[in-house]
Amino acid sequence: MAEPILTARGLTKRYGRVTALDNCDFDLYPGEILAVIGDNGAGKSTLIKALCGAVTPDEGEITLEGKTVNFANPMQARDAGIETVYQNLALSPALSIADNMFMGREIRKPGIMGSVFRMLDRAAMEKVARDKLTELGLMTIQNIGQAVETLSGGQRQGVAVARAAAFGSKVVIMDEPTAALGVKESRRVLELILDVKKRGLPIILISHNMPHVFEVADRVHIHRLGKRLCVIDPKKHTMSDAVAYMTGAKVPEEVMA
Amino acid sequence: MSQPQEFEKVLSGSASSVAHFEEGRSPLQRLQHFLHSNPAMVPLIVLVVLVVFFGIAKGEKFFSAYTLTLIMQQVAVVGILAAAQTLVVLTAGIDLAIGVIMVFAFVIMGNAVLHYGMPAPIAIVMGFAMAGFWGWVNGFLVSKLKLPPFIVTLGTWNVVMAICLIYSANETLREADLTAITGWLHFYGLNFKVGKAVVTLGVVAMILLYVALWYMLNNTAFGRHIYAVGDDMDAAELSGIRTSRVLIGTYALAGLIAGLAAWVSIGRNGSISPSTVVTDYNLQAITATVIGGISLFGGRGSILGVLFGTLIVGVMSMGLNMMNADPQWKVLLTGVLIIGAVAVDQWIRKVSG
Repeated sequence: MAEPILTARGLTKRYGRVTALDNCDFDLYPGEILAVIGDNGAGKSTLIKALCGAVTPDEGEITLEGKTVNFANPMQARDAGIETVYQNLALSPALSIADNMFMGREIRKPGIMGSVFRMLDRAAMEKVARDKLTELGLMTIQNIGQAVETLSGGQRQGVAVARAAAFGSKVVIMDEPTAALGVKESRRVLELILDVKKRGLPIILISHNMPHVFEVADRVHIHRLGKRLCVIDPKKHTMSDAVAYMTGAKVPEEVMA
Repeated sequence: MSQPQEFEKVLSGSASSVAHFEEGRSPLQRLQHFLHSNPAMVPLIVLVVLVVFFGIAKGEKFFSAYTLTLIMQQVAVVGILAAAQTLVVLTAGIDLAIGVIMVFAFVIMGNAVLHYGMPAPIAIVMGFAMAGFWGWVNGFLVSKLKLPPFIVTLGTWNVVMAICLIYSANETLREADLTAITGWLHFYGLNFKVGKAVVTLGVVAMILLYVALWYMLNNTAFGRHIYAVGDDMDAAELSGIRTSRVLIGTYALAGLIAGLAAWVSIGRNGSISPSTVVTDYNLQAITATVIGGISLFGGRGSILGVLFGTLIVGVMSMGLNMMNADPQWKVLLTGVLIIGAVAVDQWIRKVSG
């Protein structure tokens, strides 16, 4: 296998007396979909937050394409090409769809209007936003200028996913992307995940939905008690194996060996 | 494409047209939606109603270019402070110190000219710098130490008020003494006449400020970030906005605008009196902001509404005065308007369930 694109070694994060990450390792290879599963409180969220810059680990090292990175905030991770869809979506409800998609990386008008008067290029941003949402098949939205709070839960999810897919250049992280969606929207998001993969971008997928995980993932990272318990091939293991491993009902062979 | 799971196979036959709904809205719901997307409309309607009411009640006497521009002159200082307040309130904060920062700024400007013999432009810059500095202090405490804005500015309100009185020994600087040295401090008191309308440069400054801030809030990234931070701070942070930078920038900008209010205020009042530090400018600015439809929960409202809110208070004050009403009626009605404005804000916000 090729060199991993994103790795973590010995990540540790403590909140007071609670250890969320305990000397945790992580590897993501180019062009793959890696699912991360684990029981509630296993430390999945903290792992993901460390990878996307929302949390700074106490110890350990993260490397992106072989270079050590230290993200102080999500902006730095984004600039490095890691794009994240958060479970709470991280959208501003009162702002429009286009505003939200370009939050923090707005396009300014060309020429003096943009450079001196800092004027935003609304038309360009709305066009990109509309294109991305159409690509996603999520254009049941009537008006691209409407506030995000007027959208349904599935549509909001679509906006968040479209934002990540549009801007991610190295890695896309998706935290429970189908949790709030109906059957049809879930299917679209899964198709989108495979589309993104086809474009050569690796994806980290955090999900509790075993059928979805086993359908799209190339490898499954099982998280337990703050560290990586094992990585399994979904074609060689069953869903009940995975559930047994992550809940501690069964110990995987690699670990026993 | 991924392989559908068994239960999903029927999806190929599902409806594919864009969602379409019967327009089953009552006129009241339509109004609610309209106001939701046009937050400046409520104060504008109230303003127009008031102007029409007093116009009918007092006729020419009220509805004249002279009276209407006089109202503008009277509200210019509070209007500028309200613009500063609006920026802070949009970030879901509040600035109780804005009024005393303004007073401290004009006291510095006056003293620098009169007692230190500084050239007027330097004195004015010093006033702006002091106002911007205190705004920055507020922003720093709110964003870096994560203290609630109410508490931070309650503290700096008292601190700045005390410093201002100690520093100035509560000495009033007379207009004649100031104008003998320079005309610059009273620059915004200059006026020009268009027919019977008397327009001071202070009024022009207020209107230009509102136009500039409207542009900034709607057409620049910084402006959109102010809304985003006030709307949902965590979401803004995660979507890559450096929220503490936005907060510090907003409070510091509010301070600088208070510096402008200070300069305009010298032109309006003539003399410089540190004892005005006890005036409730901060509450007047908050009143105009709230009546102007800015949500105290942050992230919602249009700054143009605040201009209308400022004018509502000014029109009411002038109109009731002309009708020889007890001045307390103005206070009472202002209170009613504040509660009414917040109630309307809550109702409009329900549109998004």
